[in-house]
Amino acid sequence: MTATAAEAGRKPASMAQALNRALRDAMADDPTVHVMGEDVAELGGVFRITDGLAKEFGEERCGDTPLAEAGILGTAVGMAMYGLRPVVEMQFDAFAYPGFEQLISHVARMRNRTRGAMPLPLTIRVPYGGGIGGVEHHSDSSEAYYLATPGLQVVTPATVADAYGLLRAAIASDDPVVFLEPKRLYWSRADWSPDAPEPVAELGRAEIRRPGRSATLITYGPSLPVCLEAAEAATAEGWDLEVLDLRSLVPFDDETVCASVRRTGRAVVVHESSGFGGPGGEIAARVTERCFHHLEAPVLRVAGFDIPYPPPMLERHHLPGVDRILDTVSRLQWESDWTEGSGD
Amino acid sequence: MTVLEQRGSRRSGSYWPAPPPAWRPRVDPAPLLPDAEPYRLLGTDAAGRIDAALLSDLYEQLVRGRRYNAQATALTRQGRLAVYPSSTGQEACQVAAARVLKEQDWLFPSYRDTLAAVARGLDPVQALTLLRGDWHTGYDPHEHRIAPLCTPLATQLPHAVGLAHAARLKGDDVVALALVGDGGTSEGDFHEALNFAAVWQAPVVFLVQNNGFAISVPLAKQSAAPSLAHKAVGYGMPGRLVDGNDAPALHEVLGEAVERARRGGGPTLVEALTYRIEAHTNADDATRYRTEAEVEEWREHDPIALVERELTERGLLTDDFVQRTRDGAEELAAALRDHMNQDPALEPMDLFAHVYAEQTAQLREQAAQLRAELEAEASDAEGATEGDIAGGSARGAAGEERP
Repeated sequence: MTATAAEAGRKPASMAQALNRALRDAMADDPTVHVMGEDVAELGGVFRITDGLAKEFGEERCGDTPLAEAGILGTAVGMAMYGLRPVVEMQFDAFAYPGFEQLISHVARMRNRTRGAMPLPLTIRVPYGGGIGGVEHHSDSSEAYYLATPGLQVVTPATVADAYGLLRAAIASDDPVVFLEPKRLYWSRADWSPDAPEPVAELGRAEIRRPGRSATLITYGPSLPVCLEAAEAATAEGWDLEVLDLRSLVPFDDETVCASVRRTGRAVVVHESSGFGGPGGEIAARVTERCFHHLEAPVLRVAGFDIPYPPPMLERHHLPGVDRILDTVSRLQWESDWTEGSGD
Repeated sequence: MTVLEQRGSRRSGSYWPAPPPAWRPRVDPAPLLPDAEPYRLLGTDAAGRIDAALLSDLYEQLVRGRRYNAQATALTRQGRLAVYPSSTGQEACQVAAARVLKEQDWLFPSYRDTLAAVARGLDPVQALTLLRGDWHTGYDPHEHRIAPLCTPLATQLPHAVGLAHAARLKGDDVVALALVGDGGTSEGDFHEALNFAAVWQAPVVFLVQNNGFAISVPLAKQSAAPSLAHKAVGYGMPGRLVDGNDAPALHEVLGEAVERARRGGGPTLVEALTYRIEAHTNADDATRYRTEAEVEEWREHDPIALVERELTERGLLTDDFVQRTRDGAEELAAALRDHMNQDPALEPMDLFAHVYAEQTAQLREQAAQLRAELEAEASDAEGATEGDIAGGSARGAAGEERP
């Protein structure tokens, strides 16, 4: 622990603890907040994110449901219709799929369908992503499905502080939020005080996690620590990489992203989700449309391969790693850059 | 030996280890079973106990409902409705479902249930907004306690369960009644909704209108269950089988189910046996999958005719009453026709107004694009009109042809 952190009364806390605290504070602040899902009550969820909530607030506020994701989401829609603010836990990314019809046909559309008369303040927490040695169906990066559905907000924290601030913001939002929790970062720790938590964040704002001048790594969720590591390693190559954490895929913060790319002139999007039809394609298109005259090279992507998620003993070949990111950065047409040497 | 006894003897035997609590029989299935024959009142000895005022009121509602269905179908032929899934022949289900609910209760209709919404007091024009196509939902669901008309089959059932559950958590006296068809009972959401409802003991009633067909697919290809009402038993809730064209019988069965839910007795599944006299929608051709003889048989078992017979026997079907009822129905149809013959006011910018509470930057950009396109269209049209006045350019003449 650093001296500064000790002075501020901070001690290392995990992302899981911050998420748990966010749920607890939201439930304490607002009696309409109800947590529901599989194993969320006595067990505290398979990742223990809801640990202690049933004990503190009763099973009426944090309750186990039957094992049926469409039923969980569908009943949560009805509860939200009646003025509650349900927070639903989907046990794993790939186990959320049975709920897709409810999500796409109802959760995302109810406000629009009723001309604003029936908004759905509903948070859907989904542990997502790989890198935990999970067997099949436990490691999907399912964000592309969600962000292709108008009416949903899609948010994903990458830091302990954001886990708290963004989850509070998601629960406070009057519109549905798919809250993607990078399960590989659940046990990542940072100096963060549960006694003086961060204020509720604003949805739809990206953050620059590492300022740099050579190129922008645009990323989110589980790939943020990888990008930060890559940026440190890149200094040896003479590249000063900016690392941008999107935090929210919908709404998308064009402003912060484009301001960064206009400064650096180069961009690489990094995510675990498959490249074809993945978020990186949309982001690259947006950046190209808006920053074309500032770009020194095409926007490149480092994404998961276009394959079903691999078995755990092979997943390291699939996930974007430091080397693949640096290889990609090296292809950003540095040789043809007339400013090379003058700028950096 | 019943299943329960069998289980008991097994438990006491040495073969089975001490069972965990979940092994115990939780519910005796016998009281949950539906009657072997659909419950009826009209044409039976029990018909005499139907309240005369209720009978007359149901008659009026049925006649209005039939006229409403006819008018809505006519509006599709005139291009005033994009599509209309008729509930002709199913009016007893529609009317009874609406009538058993109190003001604070909620109705969860499917796309074929606009009549139930109208019978609950919704303006027919608002009820038909979805099918006219000027917006998806034409009313404020909270104002009428009618959920939006639901098109994806059975997906409104878990909503009804969740709403009823939430009301119960809040201590409110609210029952939800959800409508679904025979085809909808094959959907996963039907299963999940009934399971959640029973586990939560939610104050909700499911009414299956078994009209024999899911578009063209007959029930025999849909389910091998003894009856759809029997499905209730597997969830631990009572199933009731009722003649879906016998409005007083439906009123009684649904009324009992609603009151049971209100008292904290939990959910009920009601299967109403009825028949879809019209095709699936105006776009369907029912002659491809059923015979006219079959339809004729069901016309003989018409919900209005059944009530008429009872009213006649009691001397209540006076010429004056029949005339008043017809006049009321004609008034409803005329008002609907008049409203629907006016073009709805369309506001294209509304496309962006209700996606989120606050428009995203991207939606603001897209709204600006559409606004510019609309302005360009308007100024083109203006230019065309000026051309006309100036002496009838080709472009002006083309503009003039537009309605």
